[in-house]
Amino acid sequence: MELTALHRRLLNEFQRDFPLTPQPFKEIAENLGIQEQDVLQMLCDLQESGIISRTGAVLRPNHVGVSTLVAMSVPPEKLDQVARIVNAFPEVNHNYEREHEYNLWFVVIASSPKHLQTVLDRIQKKTGHEVLDLPMLQEYHIDLGFELQWK
Amino acid sequence: MSKPPIDELDRQIILATQEGLPLTTTPYFDIAQKLEVEENEILTRMQKMQEQGIIRRISVVPNHYAMGYKANGMSVWDVPDEQIDQLGQQLGQLPFISHCYHRPRHLPEWPYNLFAMIHAHDRETVEQRVAQVAEILGDSNRGHQVLYSKRILKKTGLRLPVERK
Repeated sequence: MELTALHRRLLNEFQRDFPLTPQPFKEIAENLGIQEQDVLQMLCDLQESGIISRTGAVLRPNHVGVSTLVAMSVPPEKLDQVARIVNAFPEVNHNYEREHEYNLWFVVIASSPKHLQTVLDRIQKKTGHEVLDLPMLQEYHIDLGFELQWK
Repeated sequence: MSKPPIDELDRQIILATQEGLPLTTTPYFDIAQKLEVEENEILTRMQKMQEQGIIRRISVVPNHYAMGYKANGMSVWDVPDEQIDQLGQQLGQLPFISHCYHRPRHLPEWPYNLFAMIHAHDRETVEQRVAQVAEILGDSNRGHQVLYSKRILKKTGLRLPVERK
């Protein structure tokens, strides 16, 4: 879809400070000088075209539950098969193929350290490949959204 | 960082909102109806969770890939442990770094302890930014690599852990 100047403002100005008031979309509409229904329609369109993933809460990592980043080194011909096994775990959140000897990278979120370890053990057992467990020890960048650049 | 506790209703609210607010004129009221509480309860609790930092922000969440940020480079660096907090904070302030973390090494196969995610429209830009980071780290950089994403194999919005006893 073609993004208009209004779409861009909607995307850039509401990555934070989204109104926590009974009619948030009306407030956004007033801010942009348009109708509430237009805002809702724009968000619907953006969501359907995949440009936004959602309008909602972004949580602090590791507050509710524990998570870790996992890397695996899998022979390329087995990658799809291993990815299917890994993706079947509801605890696996993101999974990316990356261009590296460690070619499979995913996030595991669990309710407790013990639950997390169980999931890692089961992934190793089911895939027959070792996992690198790379939990976050310290975060240096507070995710507040970022200024989008338009090409 | 301390962890303020959340109760069952907070948890329900997070679950009901994290995959997206309903796109209606009264989204918080609609969530309240669903959870059988007053609208004000939802607003107050979400406000409180934001103040406590449990909810970092309520946001129109862009999908960077769909927006043309096709080059997603995870840069990984081997820096001395005693300098990592100071260096990490420096990198975390760079406008083009979206995530920056200290993670453990696994020697000998994985020597990198500092992760910085760089999103850009193309690889050339990522490479320029990696060079900028290398310059900032100077002699503290004992080795680095950039791992480009090739395919997204799974991505879900759900951020709460699955309960499993």
